[in-house]
Amino acid sequence: MFGSLFTKIKKSLARTRDVFTGVVDLFRGRGKVDKVFLAELEKRLYLADVGGFAVGVIVDRVRQAFQDKEVSEDVQTFVKQQLREMLSDPSPGISYAPSGPTVVMIVGVNGSGKTTTIAKLAHRLKADGKKVLVAACDTYRAAAVEQLTVWCQRIDCDIVKNAQGSDPASVAHDACEKAKARGFDVAIVDTAGRLHTQAHLMRELEKIHKVVTRQVEGAPHETLMVLDATTGQNAVTQAEMFSKSVKCTGIVLTKLDGSAKGGAIFAIKQKVGLPVKYIGVGESMEDLEPFDPDSYVEALFS
Amino acid sequence: MFDGIQKGLREALGKLRGRGRLSAENIREGLREVRRAFLEADVNFNVTNDFIARVEEQAVGQDVLERVNPADQIVKIVFDELVGLMGPVDHKIPVFKDRPAILMMCGLQGAGKTTTCGKLALKLRDQGRRPLLVAADLQRPAAVDQLKVLGEQIKVPVFSEATSPVQVCKNAVAFAKQNSLDVIILDTAGRLQIDKELMDELNEIDRQVQPDHVYLVVDAMIGQEAVNVAKTFNDALTLNGTILTKLDGDARGGAALSIKAITGVQIKFIGVGEKLQALEEFRPESMASRIMGQGDLMGLVEKVQQIQSQVSEEDLKKQQEALEKGQFTLDDFRMHFQNIQKMGMKDMIGRMPGMAEMIPEGEDPEVALKRVQGMIDSMTKKERNDPDVIDAGRRRRIATGSGVQSHEVTQFLKQFDTVRALMKQMMSMSVWQRIKMVTGMTKMGAFNPGNEGMLKTKGNTGHRKSAKERAEERKKKKKKR
Repeated sequence: MFGSLFTKIKKSLARTRDVFTGVVDLFRGRGKVDKVFLAELEKRLYLADVGGFAVGVIVDRVRQAFQDKEVSEDVQTFVKQQLREMLSDPSPGISYAPSGPTVVMIVGVNGSGKTTTIAKLAHRLKADGKKVLVAACDTYRAAAVEQLTVWCQRIDCDIVKNAQGSDPASVAHDACEKAKARGFDVAIVDTAGRLHTQAHLMRELEKIHKVVTRQVEGAPHETLMVLDATTGQNAVTQAEMFSKSVKCTGIVLTKLDGSAKGGAIFAIKQKVGLPVKYIGVGESMEDLEPFDPDSYVEALFS
Repeated sequence: MFDGIQKGLREALGKLRGRGRLSAENIREGLREVRRAFLEADVNFNVTNDFIARVEEQAVGQDVLERVNPADQIVKIVFDELVGLMGPVDHKIPVFKDRPAILMMCGLQGAGKTTTCGKLALKLRDQGRRPLLVAADLQRPAAVDQLKVLGEQIKVPVFSEATSPVQVCKNAVAFAKQNSLDVIILDTAGRLQIDKELMDELNEIDRQVQPDHVYLVVDAMIGQEAVNVAKTFNDALTLNGTILTKLDGDARGGAALSIKAITGVQIKFIGVGEKLQALEEFRPESMASRIMGQGDLMGLVEKVQQIQSQVSEEDLKKQQEALEKGQFTLDDFRMHFQNIQKMGMKDMIGRMPGMAEMIPEGEDPEVALKRVQGMIDSMTKKERNDPDVIDAGRRRRIATGSGVQSHEVTQFLKQFDTVRALMKQMMSMSVWQRIKMVTGMTKMGAFNPGNEGMLKTKGNTGHRKSAKERAEERKKKKKKR
């Protein structure tokens, strides 16, 4: 079971690994941990979008621990371990409500892959034997509701929707009511993509959040921010701003099947404290995997 | 938050002022700041290093000027280099007499292709062209619907059929010819650049339909990956331009520099909002400011121009005349604000350096604006034409009428006074001076009326003036205008 998962992540991270294999190459056939070596390490990390903050931390630690020592297996193990530590999350997966429906709210900027992620997540939870309801609260983007409806038909799950342009909070409200009345296990709330700089849209998001909290006790039990792995350092600001508005509980890192690395997750974990919960590794419904820092880092270096 | 390149540079280079020449040693600290800023702005790592080397080459040997901060000297070199590298830009879209021009849009998933297609179609329509939108994204569920809805909103025909992407495009060209439409925009499916199958499909469209221009749509938030994306698409399709989207966020958009530097493909347009009008021509100058974290000065100027063009010709003429005579009244002021509202406040505010911080926490700029409008609306015509007549009694009446405190009215009138003075000054200035002026205005809070304590207009007269003196001063001021 773990084996197959491992292979899949490994495969999906094949491209990511290319960059990091560079790091591994770095560890071979070199002399000392000197300026040149550290500059090279820095470069590799930067190219993976790890970002100034986290790069600084790692490079400093390596310098302190190995300055002027021979480049060896130990250095490699050390770097790996540092990366892994920076990502570790004590509570992986979704935390369910003790009773009643569990509400999962999905937020993120435009084009990060929210709708597709919701379809994948619904499919996954359904496969786990949960009764899933989806709330189509993206009433802004043209045809967003249609897109979600098509997905819901494909995975055969219920959807609560309203016309384009209607109040998203009311859709969320109806979905919560329905989830309670009809005994759904999980309600996934889709929201319209919005840039975190748009104050009025962030307030709209807060309103949806509030409505959900009022309808279901302890809800939303998870608020996941969907993040495109190609995003650069702006990802950190996104995580900060969305967390400030709706108290995110985790990240879904999408589009990892491309050649992007998603290195911003290091800084997000360090600065904002948000762990990655799931990763999107392809376009089909099955392509959502729980995030496992060990496999992630291991796959980067194997 | 990020302070921009200038502050760090000033700290690093402050000691240099007026001392000899810039050398590789004494600017090292400063260049490190530039590098940090570039990497933070997601400029590609290799591009950053090359760029820093060029700046160093230029800077070394320059005399440190007596009256210029060495940091500003470096900033200018960086700015000029950036503008030089990213420009010049040709915004033209091909026109043919005997056949429609074909534009093909491509890009990664979620970059904003479909929305950008709509925006571009609207822009072309407004230029008097007859565009056709073509739904060639048969991958994403409801992508065709999305384009149809957009087409309806902007009243541009949308061509779609359930065949294959290549077939749709081919038939669309025939359709456009029959209906004498003169520009075709192909909305292709988003894809990962490493997906060979989909890249082949794009190639096939390229070969069979032979678009005149191919544009890559890139999300401004993209990181180091930008270079790989642009390179792969450029190798496969030979791009004619890039459109950078979501620049209304706070991403610094280093991709603009990376893509140009690595592929030589110019950025043509930028997407700056969710509204379909929010597509602007790319200006290297404003992008340079943005990458440097200095606020979008040129963009601001353009925006102001755009607003002015929206004001009806007559109003504009009247305003202009009044301005030249220095008679900028509260009525004009109110009109300005209405126009700003038309453009969308957030949009405007994001563009003004230091502006975001000036809005009090939790205060909606639109609410602040409404308050000001309320005050102006509570004035008589006489008061609006000549605010100097407003005394304590009138002030109380205005305050009651608009539901604010009387001191808020005072505050606003003071700010208006400053704006009026600035407006007059601006009329006699060059564009560059105006930009500087606008920055100055924002700093003084002129764009944030009703916000207390931002403006200290009281001069240091040393004594409290009598009513008579104040009256005299008012008269003098009036004359000057």
